Amino acid sequence: MTTPRVAAHAARDDVLIALRGVSKGYRRGGQTIPVLTDISFDIRRAEFLALMGPSGSGKSTLLNLIAGLDSADRGSIKVSGEDITRLSESDLADWRAANVGFIFQFYNLMPVLTALENVELPLTLKHLGRRDRRDRAHLALELVGLGDRVRHLPSELSGGQQQRVAIARAIVTDPMLLVADEPTGDLDRQSAEDALAIMQRLNREMGKTIVMVTHDRRAAEHAGAIMHLEKGELSQRVELAHG
Amino acid sequence: MPLLLAYSLRNLRVRKLTTLLTAGGMALVVFVFAAVLMLDSGLKQTLVATGDDTNVIFVRRSAEVEIQSILDRAQARIIESQPEVMIGNDGAPVVSKELVVLIALPKRGSTQVSNLLVRGVGREALAVRPRVRIVEGRMFRPGASEIVIGGALAGRFEGVALGSSIHFAQRDWQIVGRFDAGGSGFDSEIWGDSEQLMQAFRRDAFSSVVVRLADRARFDALKTRLEADPRMTVEAKPERIFYEEQSRLLSGFIRIIGLALSLMFSLGAVFGATITMYAAVASRQREIGALRALGFRRASILWAFLAEALLLGFTGWAVGLSLASLMTLVRVTTLNWTSLSELAFSFVLTPAIVLQSLLFALAMGFLGGFLPAVRAARLKIVDALRAA
Amino acid sequence: MSQWLKLVARNALRHRLRTSLTVAGLVVAILSFGVLQTIVGAWYAGVDAAVPSRLITRNALSFTLPLPITYENRIRAVDGVKRVSYMNWFGGIYKEPKNFFPQFAIEPASYLDLHPEIYMPAAVRKDFLADRRAAIVGRKLANRYGFKPGDVVQLRGTIFPGDWDFVIAGIFDGRGKTDTSQFFFRWDYLDETLRQRSPTQAGLVGFFIVDAGDLNHVAQVSQAIDALFRNSLAETLTETERAFQIGFVKQTEAILVSIRIVSFVVIAIILAVMANTMAMTARERLSEYATLKALGFSPGYVARLILGESLVIALAGGAVAIALTPPAAARIGEMTDTLFPSLIVSANTVGMQALAAFGVGLLASLLPMRRAASVRIVDGLRAVG
Repeated sequence: MTTPRVAAHAARDDVLIALRGVSKGYRRGGQTIPVLTDISFDIRRAEFLALMGPSGSGKSTLLNLIAGLDSADRGSIKVSGEDITRLSESDLADWRAANVGFIFQFYNLMPVLTALENVELPLTLKHLGRRDRRDRAHLALELVGLGDRVRHLPSELSGGQQQRVAIARAIVTDPMLLVADEPTGDLDRQSAEDALAIMQRLNREMGKTIVMVTHDRRAAEHAGAIMHLEKGELSQRVELAHG
Repeated sequence: MPLLLAYSLRNLRVRKLTTLLTAGGMALVVFVFAAVLMLDSGLKQTLVATGDDTNVIFVRRSAEVEIQSILDRAQARIIESQPEVMIGNDGAPVVSKELVVLIALPKRGSTQVSNLLVRGVGREALAVRPRVRIVEGRMFRPGASEIVIGGALAGRFEGVALGSSIHFAQRDWQIVGRFDAGGSGFDSEIWGDSEQLMQAFRRDAFSSVVVRLADRARFDALKTRLEADPRMTVEAKPERIFYEEQSRLLSGFIRIIGLALSLMFSLGAVFGATITMYAAVASRQREIGALRALGFRRASILWAFLAEALLLGFTGWAVGLSLASLMTLVRVTTLNWTSLSELAFSFVLTPAIVLQSLLFALAMGFLGGFLPAVRAARLKIVDALRAA
Repeated sequence: MSQWLKLVARNALRHRLRTSLTVAGLVVAILSFGVLQTIVGAWYAGVDAAVPSRLITRNALSFTLPLPITYENRIRAVDGVKRVSYMNWFGGIYKEPKNFFPQFAIEPASYLDLHPEIYMPAAVRKDFLADRRAAIVGRKLANRYGFKPGDVVQLRGTIFPGDWDFVIAGIFDGRGKTDTSQFFFRWDYLDETLRQRSPTQAGLVGFFIVDAGDLNHVAQVSQAIDALFRNSLAETLTETERAFQIGFVKQTEAILVSIRIVSFVVIAIILAVMANTMAMTARERLSEYATLKALGFSPGYVARLILGESLVIALAGGAVAIALTPPAAARIGEMTDTLFPSLIVSANTVGMQALAAFGVGLLASLLPMRRAASVRIVDGLRAVG
C-alpha cells in the first residue's frame, strides 16, 4: 500500500512546506487591514531560506504562520503533507514541540533558569528521563560551543552567547524545521557571524530546514535562497551560490 | 513538571522584595486567623477539660451557672442517696455538695480587681475529681478556716500565695495548699470546706451537687427520675456538657469576630497577591510567548503562574503560623461572661488549626493568582513575543 | 508645580487595574480599622454615659453578692446624700437563651428621678408607677421584638426561680449614649414574689444608686457610706458610676487589647501591599526617572513624584473608607443588635483613619524614593522593563 504512494508523490518529495492561497489580516478598530494576500509557495526540505522585506511587509507574520504560532484567515499550510491550519490549538502546541525549533531576536531565554535548564526546557514536554534530558541539553550546548557555560544564568552571558543558548534550545528536540525571527538583529557583527555560521552548519551537516526572517542583507546572504516580501506580496526566489 | 516548578520558585526568589512584602501581608492574615482559632481552642480545651464524663452536676432548674443556683439540704440528700451514685472505699457515696461564690480580689501590681471563684467542696471532692491533685502543701482540714488555691492563681492576685491568708466574709482564711487541675477551669479557683464557707456567707443552701456515677450509662435513668420527682427543682447535666456550655458565649464571640476579621483582612492580602502576579505576568510576557512557542500548552502556563501564587501563599502560611505558634507562650486571663469569674487559658495549636490555616493561605494565593494566571494563559503567542 | 501634579496624577492612573486594586485594599483595611476602633469605643459606652455625681454602692466582696434592703435608710442618712435608689440584675431568659438583653428590677420612682437621661411620655410613667407588674422597655429593644404597650411578656428566671409575667407599660428613649435595649420592671414585684417562691432571696438588693448632688462631695460621700458598713456581714464598696463601668470593661481587657492589636495588624497588612505596589511601580519606571534626571530634574523632584503618587493613592483609599465607616458601623450595630448599644464613629476614629492612610502612603514610598533618587542616570537609562 505504501509503495504506490511514494511513487505518486516522488515529484514533490523534496517539498517540506507548501503554502496555498494563504491570507492574513489584522482587525484594527472595526476594519481589517490585510497583511498577506493570497500567498502560495513551497519550501524545500533541507533548505535555508531567508525572508526579506521592509518593516510592516508581513514577513514576521508569514514566519509565525509557518511555525504554527498564528492562524491564517484563508488558505492551507501543509508541512510534510499535514495541513497545520486545521489543527486545534493544543494539537498545534504538540506539533510545535515535536517539529519546530525557535530562534528569536531577543533570545527570549528564561532569566531565572541556567543555560542548561533553558535548553532542557523543551525536553520536559517529551517523555524523557532526567538523565537523558541532561545529556541531550549538554550535547546541544557543546554543538553551539558553550559546553563550558552550562551553569551560567542568561544575565551572565553576552548577547551572542545568549543567542547561541537559544539556538541550542531550538535544536535540542531535533526538529525538522528551525524558524528564526531577526536572529542577528540585536547582535554585534562578530556574534552575528558566529550565530549564522552555526545555523549554516545545522543546515548543511544536519539537514535542518531553516526559515529566517531578516532585514539585514549580509545575514540573508548566509542562506541558500532569498525571497522578498513587499506589501503582502512575494517576489521571485533568488538562489544563492555558496562556495 | 519540576523544571517549570523551579521556574516559578526562582522567579519568586529573584523578586525578593516583592515576594517578601506580598507573603508578609499574607503572613499577618494567617497570624490573625490562626491566633483566633488557637485562642478559641484554648478556651474550649480549658473548659471542656474541667468537666468529667463520669460526673453529673445538679443545679437548680434554669440556672446556667453555679452562682445562680440554690439547692437546699433536703434536695442534696436525695441526690446523694440515689442508687446510680458510686460508693467509695469507705462506704460513703462519691459526692461533692458545693457552694460557689465570687469574690473580688485586687490583681497583683494593679489597682484593678477581678472576680475569683471560691468553691466550697465536700470531703469527697478529690474522689469526685481524680484529676485534681495537691502539688504543694496539703488539703484544707474540714471544719477549719483553710483554703487551697488553683495552680493558675499563683502570682496573679495580691496576697494569694501558699502560707499567707486572705480576708473575706469576716474571716481570715489560711492558704495551706496549692492544687493542680491539669490546666482546667478549676486551676483558676479557690477551694475550701463547703460547711465553713456556708457559715461564713450565712447561707444554708448549696449551689450545686456533683456526683460520680458507678456506671456512665445510667445517667439518663438518674436524670429522668430526679427531674420528674415533685420534691426536686433540679436539672441534671453531664459535667462535661455543663462546662462546655459555659464556653459558648465567649467562644462564639471570639470565633465570629475573629473569622469575620480574617476574611476582611484576607481581601487586602488577596488584592496584594493579585497586583504582584499581574505585574509578574506583565513583565514576563516574552518569556510566556517563548514557552508557548516551544510547545507548552496554555494549561502549563496557567499552572506555572498559579504555582507561583500558591507558593506565595505557602510562604505566608509558614511565616504566619510560626509567628502564631509563639502565641502558645502567652497566657490569657479574661472574665468568662457566662460564669462571671476570671478564667486563665492559653493559645493552643492543634493539628486541625495547622491544616485549616494552610488551606486558608493557599486559598488566598489561589484567589490572588487566578486572574493573572488566566491572563498569562490567554496571551496570544504572537503578541506576547512582540511585547517589549 | 502644576507640571508635577499632572505627572503624579497621570502616573497614578497609568496602571488602572493596579491602582484600583491598591485603593480597594486600602479601603478594606482602613474601613476595618475604623470599625474595630468604633467597636472598642462601644465597649466604653457605659463609661461615657455615666453621670459624674452618681455613685454605685455594691457588695465589696463581689457584685454577684447582694446587700440587704435595710441599708437604704442608713445610706440616705449619710451626710451629703441627696437621693437613693436601688436595683437588681434579673438575668432572665426571653423564650430562648440567645435572646439576651439586660433586665433590671428597679425602685421605679427614685430610679427614674435619678436617671433623667431615660425619658418617656408622662402617661407611660404614670402607668409604670401604678401597676406592680408593669415594665418599661427601651426603644431599641421594643423594635427588636415588637413589644407594644399592653403586651404581656414572660421571662424565665435564672437567678430568681420560676416564670415571671410583665405587662409593658410603654417605651422609653435615651439621651446620648444611653442603652435603650434595657428592660426595667418594679423591684417591689420581684421582692413580693420572692417572699413566696424563694424567701432566702427576698429583701436583697444588687446595687444602690446614690446621688451625691455636688461633685465636690463625691469622694467624701463614698467613703462615709463604706465606713458605715465596715466589719459588718456585707461590707460595701462605693464608687462613681464611671469607675464602676470602667471596672466592668477592665475585666474583659484581654479581649479589648486583642481587638486593638488586630486593628493595627490590618494597617501593617495594607502597608505591605502598598509598599509592594510602589516598589514595583518605581522599578518599572526607573528608566523614566533616569531620563528626567538627564533632562536636569533634581533627585528631590523625582522622589516627590513617587511620594505624591503614593499619597494620592493612599488618601483616595482613606477618603473612601472614612466615608463608608459610618454606614458600615450602623449595619454592624443592626446585626449584633443588643451586643453593642451604640456604634457611633467618633471624630477621634476618623482622625486615626486619616492618619493611618497618610502614614501608609508615606512609609510605602520611602524605599522606592531612595532608590529612584539615587539611581545613576546611565544605569537607569539602560534598564528596560
